[in-house]
Amino acid sequence: MYAARAWSVRHARGLNAFYAKFEGLLTRMHGLFRALGYERVERPVAGIEKVVKGLLFDCQMCGQCVLSSTGMSCPMNCPKTLRNGPCGGVRDNGNCEVNPDMKCVWVEAYRGSQRIPGGIEAMSKAQFAVDQRLQGRSSWLKVVREKADSASATPKGALP
Amino acid sequence: MRFDDEPVPGYPLPILPGHTSPGRFERVLRAGGFAVTTELAPPDSADPDDVYKRARVFDGCVDAINATDGSGANCHMSSIAVCSLLTRIGYAPIMQISCRDKNRIAIQGDILGGAAMGVCNMLCLTGDGVQAGDHPQAKPVFDLDCVSLLEIARNLRDEHRFQSGRRISFAPRVFFGAAENPSALPHEWRAQRLAKKVAAGAQFIQTQYCYDLPLLRGFMQQVEALGLFGKVYILAGVGPLRSAKTAEWMRKHVPGMHIPDATIARLKGAADQAREGINICIELIQAIREIRGISGVHIMAYRQEESVAQIVDQSRILQGRSPWYPERDAAQFSHRNAS
Repeated sequence: MYAARAWSVRHARGLNAFYAKFEGLLTRMHGLFRALGYERVERPVAGIEKVVKGLLFDCQMCGQCVLSSTGMSCPMNCPKTLRNGPCGGVRDNGNCEVNPDMKCVWVEAYRGSQRIPGGIEAMSKAQFAVDQRLQGRSSWLKVVREKADSASATPKGALP
Repeated sequence: MRFDDEPVPGYPLPILPGHTSPGRFERVLRAGGFAVTTELAPPDSADPDDVYKRARVFDGCVDAINATDGSGANCHMSSIAVCSLLTRIGYAPIMQISCRDKNRIAIQGDILGGAAMGVCNMLCLTGDGVQAGDHPQAKPVFDLDCVSLLEIARNLRDEHRFQSGRRISFAPRVFFGAAENPSALPHEWRAQRLAKKVAAGAQFIQTQYCYDLPLLRGFMQQVEALGLFGKVYILAGVGPLRSAKTAEWMRKHVPGMHIPDATIARLKGAADQAREGINICIELIQAIREIRGISGVHIMAYRQEESVAQIVDQSRILQGRSPWYPERDAAQFSHRNAS
């Protein structure tokens, strides 16, 4: 289980680049999602997302993914679900305070972030408190919807 | 350090321009004093006298007293209650808020409640995991983490709003702090994390035990490079080790404890290990004083609270200053009369 997670952190750069393309593709599908109804596609998309990200990152489906800011190490696997960096309890071997057999999620995040261009800056930006209502919902759809909403809110010809 | 406008103990001081709290601790730091804080272990009891007895041990040697919030995930009297009792007789407590046991609704309520009881300083913490304590079967909450907690706390004070956006009619006037552990991995990123906390609203920092001076110096250089000097007051954590055996136990079992082998070897070689532990602590304090950017020390002496006075006295960090305590002025008055 930890092996896949570790692989993802080692390949943070590639995964991040892949996701950027994938997000572009999803964004172009906004029209389709809207026609079908976002609430109707929510369950199947969330199901796929859970399987894919579950395999790669042990994703916990918080519904507000920040993997690009955490070097592809899912912060919801931290037993304290910290989203802003490691606690002070990291062991001298880099393992978790709570779960001594697991590498600290944030020690991994730091490694992964070093591989992503701009990763360290992204990791240094404060993340807001989790919205617990989004648990189990699709992060992908949320991103697409928000992007489409902000694009439609910007008048044509205006600077983004 | 004495303040001319010091009111009746238990009453708030006037808030000076640029200050956020009516408390003594913020005043000492902003006036450039080398501050001394310590930790009170809340009792396993419902008797207020147990709290007062534990506070009295520190009379005259500390500027503020932290009341831990279920430290090590063990159950004790709550921090907010200990602090409220201490403010009744004029002490300057630092209330600790851990994200482990409460969600944002409870925590915001406690910030208002604590401030209403006269608590002027609050330390925002993540908290130890429940597995470390006496109730490993409990549910770990962690609805917030320390950075989001700081943001919410600052908004309560400065924007007069709950996280929901709902307005409050009277803001808590509190000096907010956070913790940091310069000895924990990843060392290169610890100062960045501190920067994140400062950006979120931390005005002072109390660190974990710093037995490894090169690590602390490296950390402080990074803090300086990030331009944080002058934006936050940093108090380095220190404490006496009772024996080599205790040190080894702590290193193994206390989360975030980093004690160099050389320190343990030195304890082992000493005839009186407890005495040597105090000597090490005093030497550390004197060395820490010389590090640029450090504004004070936080002395944690769990179950050796009586040694704090000795450590403060022998390290001469107060430089003749006498921090306020309930009978200070009477004591100095009678001393003056006698001489």
